[in-house]
Amino acid sequence: MSAPALPAISARRRRTDKVMRALLLGGTGIALVPLILIIYYLLHKGLSAWTSSGFFTTDPNGNFFGSPGGIRSAIFGTLEIVALASLIAIPIGIGVALYLTEYGRDSAFANVVRYLIDVMTGVPSIVFGLFIYIVLVVAKVGGSSFAGWKGSLALALLMLPIVVRAAEVVLLLVPDSLREAALALGAPRWRVVSRVVLPTAAPGLVTGSLLAVARGMGETAPLLFTVSVAFGLSWNLNGVMNSLPAQIYGDITNPRSVVVTRAWGAALTLVALILILNVVARLIARRSRVS
Amino acid sequence: MDASAITAPGDRSTFQRSPLSRAPDQILRWGLTTLACAILLLLVYFFIRLIGESQQALSSFGLSFVFGNDWDVSRNIYHGAPLVVGTLITSAIALLIGVPVAVAAALYLTELCPRRARPALAMLVDLLAAVPSVVYGLWGVFVLGPKLIPAEKWVASTFSFIPFIGGASESITPGNYFIAGLILAIMILPIVSAISREVLHTVPQEHKEAALALGATRWEMIRMAVLPYARPGITGGAMLGLGRAIGETIAVVLVIGNAPTIGKHIFSQGYTLAAVIANEFGESSNTPIHKSALFAAGLVLFVLTLLVNIVARWFVRRGARGRTRGGDVGTAVTATGGGFQ
Repeated sequence: MSAPALPAISARRRRTDKVMRALLLGGTGIALVPLILIIYYLLHKGLSAWTSSGFFTTDPNGNFFGSPGGIRSAIFGTLEIVALASLIAIPIGIGVALYLTEYGRDSAFANVVRYLIDVMTGVPSIVFGLFIYIVLVVAKVGGSSFAGWKGSLALALLMLPIVVRAAEVVLLLVPDSLREAALALGAPRWRVVSRVVLPTAAPGLVTGSLLAVARGMGETAPLLFTVSVAFGLSWNLNGVMNSLPAQIYGDITNPRSVVVTRAWGAALTLVALILILNVVARLIARRSRVS
Repeated sequence: MDASAITAPGDRSTFQRSPLSRAPDQILRWGLTTLACAILLLLVYFFIRLIGESQQALSSFGLSFVFGNDWDVSRNIYHGAPLVVGTLITSAIALLIGVPVAVAAALYLTELCPRRARPALAMLVDLLAAVPSVVYGLWGVFVLGPKLIPAEKWVASTFSFIPFIGGASESITPGNYFIAGLILAIMILPIVSAISREVLHTVPQEHKEAALALGATRWEMIRMAVLPYARPGITGGAMLGLGRAIGETIAVVLVIGNAPTIGKHIFSQGYTLAAVIANEFGESSNTPIHKSALFAAGLVLFVLTLLVNIVARWFVRRGARGRTRGGDVGTAVTATGGGFQ
């Protein structure tokens, strides 16, 4: 490394360098320990639940004796709630990002929006749950107090800033020369956006959206105040529903060990779903033209 | 180059579009602007409603809602100091453990790690962000909590002369401040690490090369060229982690013990603002003042995280000043839940 002209590095400095490098490496090692432990326990305890009969094909039944049932309703409930949340958050999020990159740009208002969206990422998820509880659950909007779609709204609020920021970063990567070329050919703005900007940025937008979906999927606190918990499988988003995080949370506090085992199985399922979304997002990101 | 400056040449009458063909443009433009406005208004509306719902508790307890030390559901007295103190203690533990590890990992990954191993290692650290908080809670309750008790007892008796650590080593329960802080440390690690990494990437290569050319060792280069430059950004990242730690609910409610008292040492049971809401919400449905107190706890939590985040964003932005327009460091990373780019 060092050029011959330099004075030799003293033993003390060399030692400090070695020690500090080792410390930094050690820090990285420590950071990985919890991950390894969590994955080990999830597989160790979760796989035995997966292999129990009817784990994916029966609903939890709440019986005090015998089989506690599986997690079918929880899986479908999570998928339904998160799907609706994505349908709300992704279009709105990309819309706001389009405003920021195509119209707002560096205007004062756009910067205020940007700042507040950033601050929104830091609002605790439980607070979003409380918001929806106050505004929609107490007032029994739609006829029922707790409802799946209200949970979707809470998750959408949580996912929205994630989608906006991810989408904005990707939209900014679309070269201005492309926009200018389209405008110079006489295309109106909305055509530039719909035919040039969005298609170019599409893979990146999908990646950002999927990561937001993965984030929303694991949230528990907002659901407890908006969807409540149920046993049975339900396709009615206007009623109480089961969901994986809520079921895990309920099962943890249950004294029966079979139920706790089910919690591990459900946790493994949830983490697997989130990881699949993450991997798909990464694969799409790798193929994209921009980013 | 600012693209908005380049519009269709509207001043030439031959190219003038009819008002009708411009309509979609206007609709898109004002539609998107309205959307952005609507989100801001929605947030303000939520905030006002939350204040309204907390009114009953705040007016009957006043300032002692935050500073009074007496949270007793059976007597309907809600003085939330135990919650506030619990929130601060667990977040402080999380920062003390999480930030050094996260920054060390970020420094190793950006400055020392062999280039080929970098993406894989970074992905593994980021993976921690993909684990849902309820799973951390599950793991904390059934694995980490029980297994840590002997270690906690040993520390409490060996270092009993240190305030807040020594004392009642016999009565240590699986749920306590320390384990909640430890789990929070693991949860904020990927965020702090990802932002630190982004900030460290902005350190100009010339500064590092200059330090090395002057004969600095790798560590001296990090200490003298890299860290001073990246400090504001790393501070901001740590504060974003703090915001996350303050607001984390489900993992904490499962491992903190849920005792509405101010613990005497870090191994005693406690409560946090977020935990009390999740834990007592169900039972509060028939007592309006109890429910109002929980909303007030939510309000305090909201304001606290808002303040922390506002300061944090300011730091991160300052640290990343002069980078790409709009796409400031950190926000993109946190936005995607800790990297995975």
